[in-house]
Amino acid sequence: MTIHLARPTRRKLLTMTAGAALATPFLSIRAAAQTTNLSMLAWYGHAEPDIVGEFEEANNVKFTPKYYTGGDNMLGLIAQSPPGTYDVILSDGEYVQQLNAAGYIQELDAADYAFDDFFPEFQKFPGHWDGDKLYSVITRFGFLGVSYNTDEFSEKEASTYGVFADERATGKLGHFDWHLPNLGQMSLWNGNASPYDIDEAAWAAVQETTMGLRPQVGGFFDYGGTFSSLKSGQMTLFAGIGDWITGVLEKNGANVRSVIPEEGGLQWTESFSIGKGTKNYEMANKWIQYITSPEGQAKSADMAAYPALIPSEAGWKVLNETNPAEAKRQKMVMGEANVMDMIRDGRIQFRQLPVQQDLGTWNDFWSDYKAS
Amino acid sequence: MMKRPSLFSLVLAMPLLVWQLAFFLFPLLFLIAISFWTVKMFQMQPDLSFANWQRILTRGVFWDAYLRTMILATSAAVLTSAIAFPASYAISFKLSERAKRWMIFVLIIPFFTSYLVRVYSWQVFLTDAGIINAALGHIGLGPYPMLNNTFGTLVGMVTLCLPLVILLQTFSLNFVNRDLIEAAHNLRCGRLRTVASVVVPSAKVGLVIAALFAFILSFGDFVSPLYLGGGNPPTLSIMITDITKSGQQWPRAAVVAIMMIATLMTVAFAAITYAYKERGK
Repeated sequence: MTIHLARPTRRKLLTMTAGAALATPFLSIRAAAQTTNLSMLAWYGHAEPDIVGEFEEANNVKFTPKYYTGGDNMLGLIAQSPPGTYDVILSDGEYVQQLNAAGYIQELDAADYAFDDFFPEFQKFPGHWDGDKLYSVITRFGFLGVSYNTDEFSEKEASTYGVFADERATGKLGHFDWHLPNLGQMSLWNGNASPYDIDEAAWAAVQETTMGLRPQVGGFFDYGGTFSSLKSGQMTLFAGIGDWITGVLEKNGANVRSVIPEEGGLQWTESFSIGKGTKNYEMANKWIQYITSPEGQAKSADMAAYPALIPSEAGWKVLNETNPAEAKRQKMVMGEANVMDMIRDGRIQFRQLPVQQDLGTWNDFWSDYKAS
Repeated sequence: MMKRPSLFSLVLAMPLLVWQLAFFLFPLLFLIAISFWTVKMFQMQPDLSFANWQRILTRGVFWDAYLRTMILATSAAVLTSAIAFPASYAISFKLSERAKRWMIFVLIIPFFTSYLVRVYSWQVFLTDAGIINAALGHIGLGPYPMLNNTFGTLVGMVTLCLPLVILLQTFSLNFVNRDLIEAAHNLRCGRLRTVASVVVPSAKVGLVIAALFAFILSFGDFVSPLYLGGGNPPTLSIMITDITKSGQQWPRAAVVAIMMIATLMTVAFAAITYAYKERGK
């Protein structure tokens, strides 16, 4: 018998091959009935087991992530893919309107989501709505300020963008290599109340301020380079980032931290949309309901890839019960000075696309700055 | 009269031809085509616009990066060749056949690990608080800045090229006619002069090709300028990623890429012509 299987006749071989070929569709159909495949376009970390594992198990779903770095990269990936490629799309706040204008995302039913659980500031978040039509649901946010090495600078010293010009930081100032957060911070340093909505004179002043820092700059870094240069102490000050980077390092014992300077900080936001043309609308909708639920929010706040603040007040309560240390570290504790106070005191401005200049103008200047 | 190639030899050459057409010529033609396209709402649209060429070639930033990349790649090629030659010479002329085989095996080992990993590991050595500066600190020197500058970039490029250059030089030196060296010695030619007047000219083709490979690898390198040079200031490869990151300007990035390919082809053609040029002609 063994010999028979090991050396089948030609007829037997053909029969077995045909049988296998005929059985394959049935196997596929059975497998498809078992598991829903949900494609997600997102920043790194959002479809990792620490975030989606529980949801996958409970709903028999398998996420297929496609990770990007930066909103332009995200828009490019969608633009180059056929409709329906991505079921769920995570976007930075400033890019939602462009996603909507290009027809890449579907209208959502606001009644599906627990907006009542959210702080009032996030219940009708600008850019996520077009009139009364909802297109994206905010899930996380964070602040960008001055990130510093606590062995080299005190929190008081780092509490102004002026520290970037400190002589101790010569050759030690790192930039996260994206013009939008860096130039927004320079604009705040110049005293522009709306850092991205500035006239030509103010834009010229921002360029001058930025160029003044060039001798201080030790490098322009991507995501990985930012982590390693801060961790090794090669860069002792960093512009363009916040707790989403230093929080991960701090939790792993590195002496780095971020502070919102007196000139104010920037706010980034992340929100989920459903891709137009998706065949998995129900499951995609269920995912957004899960991640914006109090339990999902508490999980999202402590994401392994990068921590973030959460807009759900109910989520804060769960986080304080399940992970009080992280709630305290990120200042998400009710009844004491917390991050919502910073927003309510007007110390935080949204990161957004330049209003009075073309995006290309800002990018061209950034290239000139890097090359100078 | 040149003999007409047989059908058999043509068939044997087909895979190479198909490969070159599919993975070099067609992509190159496509790259040239998209350099004339435009981008609207983050989507590329077929067009015949010279705006991308005009925009890139009239910007000082591009030419600064171009010159910087040329200098870095040339420096890396010269430096790597100079460091590699004594090692290649020793392997080829001084070691036994058995030891030679072992050395070649050892030189292949670096290719087993990712270049990115090797570059990241250099950071441990080159930071201000790294191994080298810590060692120098014990004798009262430093710390010297070795990371996020040109020095760091060159260290990475030499790391990338050195094993390959030593191998190519060694293979080339192995083919040097030993009788010529013996004749030089018999004619009372000193060791250094023998190397300069007999060994190097005899191995010229291999030595030039090795340096050319170092130039090509360094010219297009993205990893070292970013992770050891800190992207400060940027090279052409970093410029390509910058352009594509903002506004998905692949057509403009294509212009930079075409300029890089044209440069590499010119340098390669010049180097090969020089390598095969016979003395006195």
